[in-house]
Amino acid sequence: MTNIVEVENLRVKIPVSAGMLNPVRGLTFEIKKGETLCVVGESGSGKSLSAFSLMKLLPKIADISADKMQFMGRDILKMSPSELQNMRGNRMAMIFQEPMTALNPSYTIGNQLVEVLRRHQNVSVKEATERAIYLLEKVGITAAASRLSQYPHQLSGGLRQRVVIAMALMCGPDLIIADEPTTALDVTIQAQILHLLKELQEEFEMAILLITHDLGVVARMADRVAVMYAGEFVETGTAEQVFKQPVHPYTQGLLSCIPVPGKTARGSRLGSIPGIVPSLIGDMRGCAFRSRCPHANGACHNNVPLEKWSDDHFKRCVLDDTALTSIAKEAIA
Amino acid sequence: MLIYSLKRLLLAILVAITVSFISFSLLFLAGDPAIAMAGEGATDQDIENIRQLYGFDKPVLVQYFDWLLRAIGGNLGESFYFKTPVVHLIAEHMPVTMTLGAMGITFALSLAVPLGVLAAIRPNSIIDRIALLISVSGQALPSFWFALVLVVIFTVTLGWLPASGSDTWLHFLMPTVVLSYYAAPAFMRLTRAGMLDVLGSDYIRTARAKGLTTKSVFLKHALRNAIIPVVSLAAVQFGFMLGGSVIVESIFALNGAGSLAWESIGRNDFPTVQGLILVFALIYIVLTFLADVLNAWLDPKIRIG
Repeated sequence: MTNIVEVENLRVKIPVSAGMLNPVRGLTFEIKKGETLCVVGESGSGKSLSAFSLMKLLPKIADISADKMQFMGRDILKMSPSELQNMRGNRMAMIFQEPMTALNPSYTIGNQLVEVLRRHQNVSVKEATERAIYLLEKVGITAAASRLSQYPHQLSGGLRQRVVIAMALMCGPDLIIADEPTTALDVTIQAQILHLLKELQEEFEMAILLITHDLGVVARMADRVAVMYAGEFVETGTAEQVFKQPVHPYTQGLLSCIPVPGKTARGSRLGSIPGIVPSLIGDMRGCAFRSRCPHANGACHNNVPLEKWSDDHFKRCVLDDTALTSIAKEAIA
Repeated sequence: MLIYSLKRLLLAILVAITVSFISFSLLFLAGDPAIAMAGEGATDQDIENIRQLYGFDKPVLVQYFDWLLRAIGGNLGESFYFKTPVVHLIAEHMPVTMTLGAMGITFALSLAVPLGVLAAIRPNSIIDRIALLISVSGQALPSFWFALVLVVIFTVTLGWLPASGSDTWLHFLMPTVVLSYYAAPAFMRLTRAGMLDVLGSDYIRTARAKGLTTKSVFLKHALRNAIIPVVSLAAVQFGFMLGGSVIVESIFALNGAGSLAWESIGRNDFPTVQGLILVFALIYIVLTFLADVLNAWLDPKIRIG
C-alpha cells in the first residue's frame, strides 16, 4: 500500500521564557492509504502538537523542522501559505476535541459546511448544500435539511461533533486528523462516534491519524499504534503487537491502569505510573521515562534509539531482549 | 427575537419614565422655580401669581403628570430667556448637533475598527504601536487643545478650512475630527481586544483547518464575533457625543444643542435645560435600545433563544 504521509525526524521547538521548549523530539512515522494510526500518550506528551504541525497550524513562534515531511508525495515544509490553505480542509482535514467551541457561534451549520466545499471546489451553493445534507445524513443526523439553518448552540455536543466530522468529510479528504475526537463526549456517544468514524473510513477510503490518551479508543480503532512519551515515540507497532506484547515499561504502565473484565480481581488495585512527565525545556539526554521507570538502571542515562523488537514492532529501551521478555510476560500475566 | 425586542422596549420605556421624572424634578432642585421665573425685584404677589399661573401650588405628582402629558403632546414649555416654545428651540438646534454626532461616530468607527483589526492581526508590530500611540494621545489630549491646534494649522496657517459656523460640510470637518478623535481610542482598543480574544478561539482554528483564506478567517469568522461589544459602545458613544459636544460646538461656533444647553444653564433657563435633558436622555435610550436589538441580531444565541 502507498504511504500518504511520510515523516522523518519531526521536531517542534517553542521559545518560552524559561528557555527552549522541545515538545516534539524527532518523530518518524508513515501513514498508509486507508489505515488508522493511533498516537497515544499522556497530556503534555506532544501528541496534539505533532498533529497540528502536520497541518502547519501551530503559532508562528513554533519552529517546525523535519528531515522529511511529505503528504501525498509533496513536501509540507516547502509549501507556500496558499498551497497550505489549498491542502487544509481539502486533502487533509481535522476533527477537534471540543465540539462545543469548534464551530463558529455566529453562522449556521449549513453556512459552515457549504463554505469548505465552495472554498476548495468550484461548485454551486445548491450542489454544496446537497453534499452537506448527504453527509449530515451519513453521520447520522436526522432531518438533515432542516438542521442546515440551525446554529451551533441549538445542537447537543454529540450532534455538534457529528457536524464537525461531516465538515471534515466535505471535500473527501485522503487523511483525517482526529485530535481526541471523543474526549469531550458522553461515553455512550463516544462509542457511536468511533463506530461512525470506522464506517466512514471504510466507505471513503480515508487514512486517520487518531490522537488519544484513551487506550480503549486505541483498541477499537487502531491498525497501528505509536505510544508517545515526552515528545518521543517509545513503542510502535500494530495494535495487536502493542496490546498483546507491550515491550516498553511505559506502555506496560499505561495498560496496567486499565481494568480488564474477567482478569482484574474485584477490589484489587489498578496500576498507576508514579511521578510526572519531565520538563521538556532545554536539551535532554537519556531515556525520558527513566525517572518513573521501575526497571531503570545506569544505562538509561544514555540516549536510546528506537530499535526493532519484532517485524513491525519497535521499542525505545536499553533493557536487553531477555529482560524485556520477562518483564513483558509479567505485565500481561 | 421579537420577544427579546419587546422586553427591551418595555425596559426602555421604564427608563424613559424614570428619566422624565428626574428631568422634571430638576426644576425644583434649584429652589423655588416661581422665584426664579419672576426674576429680580419681583414682589411676593408677583411670585404668588406665577406660582398659580404655572400650577406650582399643586401637589408635585399632579404637576408631574400635567407636565408629562404636555411633554408627550410636544409641549415642553416656554424658554424663560427667548420667550419661545422650547420645542422650537430644540428643533432649531438639534440638526447641527445630530449632523456633527453622526459624522463623528462614522469617522471614529471607520478609523478605529480597521486599525483595531490590523493591530490584532499583528500584535506588537509597527501598526499596533501606531494604533496604541493614536489611542493614548487621543485619550490624553484635551479636545479644546486639539481643536485649537487644528484651527491654527488649517485655518490660520494654511487657510483651507473655515473655523466657525455651520453653513457647509467644510465647516463640519474639523469639529468631526476633534469629536471622533476622542471617541476612536475606545473603539480601537475594544476592537483589538475583541479580535485578539476571538483569534485565540477554537472556531478560528477550525476555520484555518478548513483551509479558508486569511481574509475569510479574519473578516468573516473573527470580526463578526469581535464587533458585538463595539456595537454597544458605539450607541453609548453616539449619545455621549450628542450631549458632550458642548466644547467642540462652542470652539467652532456651531449653533447646536450642546451650546444651547451650555448657554441656557448660564441663563437659568430651566425649561430649556429641562427639555434638552429630556430629549438627550430619550435619544440615549432609543440608541441603547437599537444597540440591544442590533446585538441580538448579530448574536444568534440571543436572537434564537
